[in-house]
Amino acid sequence: MLTCREFVEFLMAYLSDELPAVQRAVFEEHLCACPDCCCYLHTYEVTVRIEKIACGCGDPPPADVPEDLIRAILAARGQPPPQA
Amino acid sequence: MQPTETTLVERLRHGDGPAFEELLRTHSGRLLAVTRRLLNNEEDARDAVQDAFLSAFRAIDRFDGQASLGTWLHRIAVNAALTRLRTRRRHPEKRIEELLPTFQDDGHQTRPVRDWPDPSAALQSEEAREAVRRHIEELPADYRTVLLLRDIEGLDTEDTARMLGLTVGAVKTRLHRARQALRTLLESDFCEDGSC
Repeated sequence: MLTCREFVEFLMAYLSDELPAVQRAVFEEHLCACPDCCCYLHTYEVTVRIEKIACGCGDPPPADVPEDLIRAILAARGQPPPQA
Repeated sequence: MQPTETTLVERLRHGDGPAFEELLRTHSGRLLAVTRRLLNNEEDARDAVQDAFLSAFRAIDRFDGQASLGTWLHRIAVNAALTRLRTRRRHPEKRIEELLPTFQDDGHQTRPVRDWPDPSAALQSEEAREAVRRHIEELPADYRTVLLLRDIEGLDTEDTARMLGLTVGAVKTRLHRARQALRTLLESDFCEDGSC
């Protein structure tokens, strides 16, 4: 019988599919019986989704890179800036 | 490596100025997005992009073509951002233990766990996304860095361990704790009835 403490400890391994079959079955048995852990698993997954959205994962890169940045890098390399 | 990329690398190795500018214009947008994500500060992000391109130019002879030029530059940009993260002045951090769930003697969670609704609508606003990024900034640095490299930059566990000089096990532990800590920080913003 798994406790909630053990459930949380093995949560990432479960989600990464790293648990052996027997442990996975025990984990899922607890998941079905414990509403708190069911919510915890869901909100843990949502947390990962939220951080990715907030940090712009999958967003296209900025189309217009600041020209002053390009010029600063060229200057730091000792290269003349591009003609405007 | 694509034939056009091979040619570009050859030109870079010969110190060709226009080739460097081509490299810069092709990849700087993506690298700026990377350093912005990692540093959450525009000035630091731009400085890290500059550091990354200058490092790449100096190291171009060591580019072996096993990965694409873009992948190689991504790694250099991540390193440049990590260097800035290590050196910049940090605000006081919470201890990770304060942010992890607590349990009773019988192993049950101390507090009831409440569900969150789908956050997609709330995250439409830049203000809400910025609030989440501020919570990520509140994480202790050792944990935040692992979370950023694994979840945000998509590096695998082994690469993250190599970059940070950690064992694979330590990366896994830190990532799991960082996610749990961030979940705790987000709870009051996202839980269903606001009573969490």
